[in-house]
Amino acid sequence: MQPVIVDIKNLHREFKFGGEVIRAINDISFTINAGEFVTIMGSSGSGKTTLLNILGCLDRPTSGAYILDGVDVSNRSRNELAEFRNDKLGFIFQSYNLLARTSAIENVELPLMYSKKFSARMRRQKAMQALEAVKLTDRMHHLPGELSGGQQQRVAIARALVNDPVMVLADEATGNLDSRTSYEIMMLIQELNEAQGKTIVFVTHEPDIAAFSKRTITLRDGKIIRDQLNPAVRSAKEVLANLQPVTENVST
Amino acid sequence: MKVFNLSRIALRAIRRNKMRSFLTMLGIIIGVGAVIAMIAIGHGSKQSIQSGIAAMGSNMITIRPNSNIQGGARMDVSNVQALTEADVLALRKDAKYLGAVSPSVSARGQAIVGPNNWTTTLQGVAPDFINIRSWPIQEGINFTEQDVKAATKVCLIGQTVAGYLFPTGDDPIGKTIRFRKIPFKIIGLLGKKGENAFGQDQDDIILTPYTTVQKRISATIYYQTIFTSAIDDKSTEKAVSDIQDIIRSSHRLPKGSDDDFTVRTQAELMSTFSSTSQILTVLLAVIAGISLVVGGIGIMNIMYVSVTERTKEIGLRMSVGAKSVDILMQFLIEAIVISITGGLIGVALGLLATKAVTIFLHWPTLVTNSSVVLSFMVCFVTGVFFGYYPALKASRLDPIEALRYE
Repeated sequence: MQPVIVDIKNLHREFKFGGEVIRAINDISFTINAGEFVTIMGSSGSGKTTLLNILGCLDRPTSGAYILDGVDVSNRSRNELAEFRNDKLGFIFQSYNLLARTSAIENVELPLMYSKKFSARMRRQKAMQALEAVKLTDRMHHLPGELSGGQQQRVAIARALVNDPVMVLADEATGNLDSRTSYEIMMLIQELNEAQGKTIVFVTHEPDIAAFSKRTITLRDGKIIRDQLNPAVRSAKEVLANLQPVTENVST
Repeated sequence: MKVFNLSRIALRAIRRNKMRSFLTMLGIIIGVGAVIAMIAIGHGSKQSIQSGIAAMGSNMITIRPNSNIQGGARMDVSNVQALTEADVLALRKDAKYLGAVSPSVSARGQAIVGPNNWTTTLQGVAPDFINIRSWPIQEGINFTEQDVKAATKVCLIGQTVAGYLFPTGDDPIGKTIRFRKIPFKIIGLLGKKGENAFGQDQDDIILTPYTTVQKRISATIYYQTIFTSAIDDKSTEKAVSDIQDIIRSSHRLPKGSDDDFTVRTQAELMSTFSSTSQILTVLLAVIAGISLVVGGIGIMNIMYVSVTERTKEIGLRMSVGAKSVDILMQFLIEAIVISITGGLIGVALGLLATKAVTIFLHWPTLVTNSSVVLSFMVCFVTGVFFGYYPALKASRLDPIEALRYE
């Protein structure tokens, strides 16, 4: 039995607009074990972004408990939450969010800059390892502008991995990419999950992408309407192999 | 250690935007440069005035008769007959804090040597006069008390007079000058004294025993001025009260009546001019200081825009674990680094500008360490002050909203 990474009990998140109370998350409970690859699905307004923000320690629940890696983080100060993010979590965004005019390796080092634990040498070393894991060591000194979308997202994944997080959170991480590049990214994420046992929570609204995960949680109106294990996990590697060769191999 | 990391982050951010950083600095560069140059000009003029006054003899005290009213008409000072030989003798005998005392009577007129002539001032003085004025003799000798007693027709000439009367550079010593048709034998050439604080040429003068002027030219027994000097810098005030007591009793002025003479010291003169140039310095510094403030507002403006522009970056930094204080420090360090770098360049520019003013405009300048240190400190404070508000704004952003910002 794998240890429990996320334990959520009776979670509520309400927003007040004027006199109106909107229940973005309405009494949700679930657990995620180490080594799981979970997608959170749902249409817009279903509460999946709010849930991701809470999972990512960017937001606090109105009520209910959130225990992350054995620590209750549901009622912490802004500073404490920042430390949890720095220590335990990695983020991958739809729009990559790399620092412009900053080399790939410096982008990857960024989370370690906000930690007291690492010397400049250790930072460089860990960033190199993370870039190796996403197979971008040859581009470490390139600026984001000199990289393709897929490569930029791989730099972002390396940045999410560099602090050895207990959980990687991805928000529509393939939303800006064409389907071939999306599959490449999914392949990388599947590899991280299977080979390195990384716990991954992936928010998406594309069922096509959800098919690569082991478990899917579907939200609607702030409640979980379905939480099931994926009986037939697709392998992104196989999907890629079956794709037609891309024309760019021939031209340019 | 964390601050070190944050400094690196801030430095990277500045390097990423070289042009913008430079333009932000420009305000500070100009501000600091202006402050340093302006203060240097102010100090320079103050110092040149002070050294001008000091060159007249820093302990020198002058006594002049007051103008008085005769038959309703206020008489010109030079016609007043108040200072006499008795006063000089009394001063020499009774004053405790005075050095040499020299009466002075002067006359203007034309001096002629061969084909050359020059209209100048003939000043009759005692032999001590050149000591009171700390005026060296470049060549020849001074006249003596003996010459005073005999009203000898000997003279010392100033550099300007020598230049006009001996244009070919002949040695003037031993030659004869005719002043108002009276022949004077030149026995000495005075050293160069330059302009005084009022811009008068002090070298345009001929010195001769005062008795010679009194007896042979103006036919008077009065003195226009008495020059004397305090025994040292510190006794000027005592010397002045000495003079007042002695001359009042010599003139038999009743108690409570006004002095019929005026005593002036170099210290008074110096403080008058110093305060004038002090006002000038402050004025220049204030104007320059305004440009420094404008430069600071420039920093604030750019930092403010920069925070808005980099909202998403701030959101990202927060999401990977930057605390509010980290973001605050980053932006504050950016502002300080920009203002200090600008300050350093500004100091260099200010020194260059000062040099240029000296070389091309021939204005006296004086760069003081304090003005450099001060403007540099102001720079640092400007960076902190004007960087703080935008940095605070950045640190208070909500990470979720900042990440979503487009």
